[in-house]
Amino acid sequence: MKNMLVVTAGIVAMILSTATLAGPREDLLAQYAAAAKSAGFSAVRGQALHMQNFSAGKPDTPSCTTCHGKDTRGVGRTLAGKTVEPVAVSAAPTRYTDPAKVEKWFKRNCTEVLGRECTPQEKGDWLTFVIGQ
Amino acid sequence: MRIPYRPFAIGLVALAFSAIVFDRAQAGDRHFFAPVTDPVVKEECGSCHLAFAPAMLPARSWQRMMGELDKHFGDNASIDAATAGKITRYLVANAGDAGGQRYSRKLLKGVAAGAAPQRITELPKWVSEHRKVPDWEWRHKDVRTRANCVACHTAAEQGDYDE
Ligand code: HEC
Ligand code: HEC
Ligand code: HEC
Repeated sequence: MKNMLVVTAGIVAMILSTATLAGPREDLLAQYAAAAKSAGFSAVRGQALHMQNFSAGKPDTPSCTTCHGKDTRGVGRTLAGKTVEPVAVSAAPTRYTDPAKVEKWFKRNCTEVLGRECTPQEKGDWLTFVIGQ
Repeated sequence: MRIPYRPFAIGLVALAFSAIVFDRAQAGDRHFFAPVTDPVVKEECGSCHLAFAPAMLPARSWQRMMGELDKHFGDNASIDAATAGKITRYLVANAGDAGGQRYSRKLLKGVAAGAAPQRITELPKWVSEHRKVPDWEWRHKDVRTRANCVACHTAAEQGDYDE
């Protein structure tokens, strides 16, 4: 009986912990979808955004890949030489679980690269891309 | 008793050696600037570049910088007011003119009283320490900017600025 209890408690804990791990990313996507009145997000569009060279931002940071690198599972590097963890969730499992952090960096990095903030649609596409990587 | 003896002895020697090295780093054969230990400061000020040692600038420099984070060397590094306040307190408490910092006094020599320099790399003493570094080295693709201390000072994250 006692063993059963322990096992049940273990299973409950496991379910709870996967729920809290998967939660923040899904909440973020749902939030972006609502804001974008979007029919859905596309990893292909997210990848295009990631790879594209823009000219309206800062000249020394034309693309997300300038700092994050072309390989989403590899480490990136800022202009001042700081190593940046991979953006692919498969390579960095704790990524995008702190919504305030995600929003802070979307705001900074989109402004640097595109010269404006990213739209909710763009954020959702990009997140969908890196979550699937 | 015979078997564990060798590894144990090697362990002791290694321990003694690292104690000596550590001691030197602390005692001042090396130019030591205590690295940032506060996790919030590390996270907020150490993502884009090395979390620069607070002892490398005077308190007034940090105060001014923290009030202008939206215009931070061409970047917008702003954060919420509560976090900014916490970081400012840390930087000011550990600033180069907060006292007791042997190498700070040297590094800040020549900074006018009341001046609030924003770049370590423009301090008169920093410039003179680096005058022998050739131009091609600064432009090397692994360096790119003077602010990339780690490219040349590989132990900068530990506060050690020997060559
Ligand atoms: C100037 C360098 C730079 C560029 C260009 C850049 N980033 Fe980043 N990015 C960073 C740094 C530094 C971090 C924070 C460190 C970390 O999370 O590893 C970061 C973090 C992020 C995060 C938060 C990750 C998390 O774990 O929550 C997102 C989202 C992000 N970047 C998206 C983008 C997108 C989208 C682009 C292109 C539009 C882009 N970045 C371009 C440097 C850059
Ligand atoms: C969004 C990215 C970003 C964040 C976050 C950031 N910085 Fe910076 N910082 C920069 C850039 C870009 C430079 C200019 C680097 C160069 O000259 O190559 C810089 C330069 C500096 C310098 C001058 C370096 C020199 O040349 O001597 C100091 C000091 C500094 N930052 C402190 C801070 C502090 C303190 C924080 C945290 C409150 C912080 N930074 C957060 C991007 C950032
Ligand atoms: C391109 C390589 C390079 C970069 C980048 C660089 N340094 Fe140096 N630094 C040197 C060299 C070489 C010396 C030794 C000069 C000498 O002894 O004549 C030195 C000396 C110093 C010294 C004096 C210590 C000593 O042993 O004389 C300090 C302190 C220092 N650097 C701090 C910094 C900081 C802080 C940064 C980043 C803001 C930085 N350096 C970036 C190459 C570099």
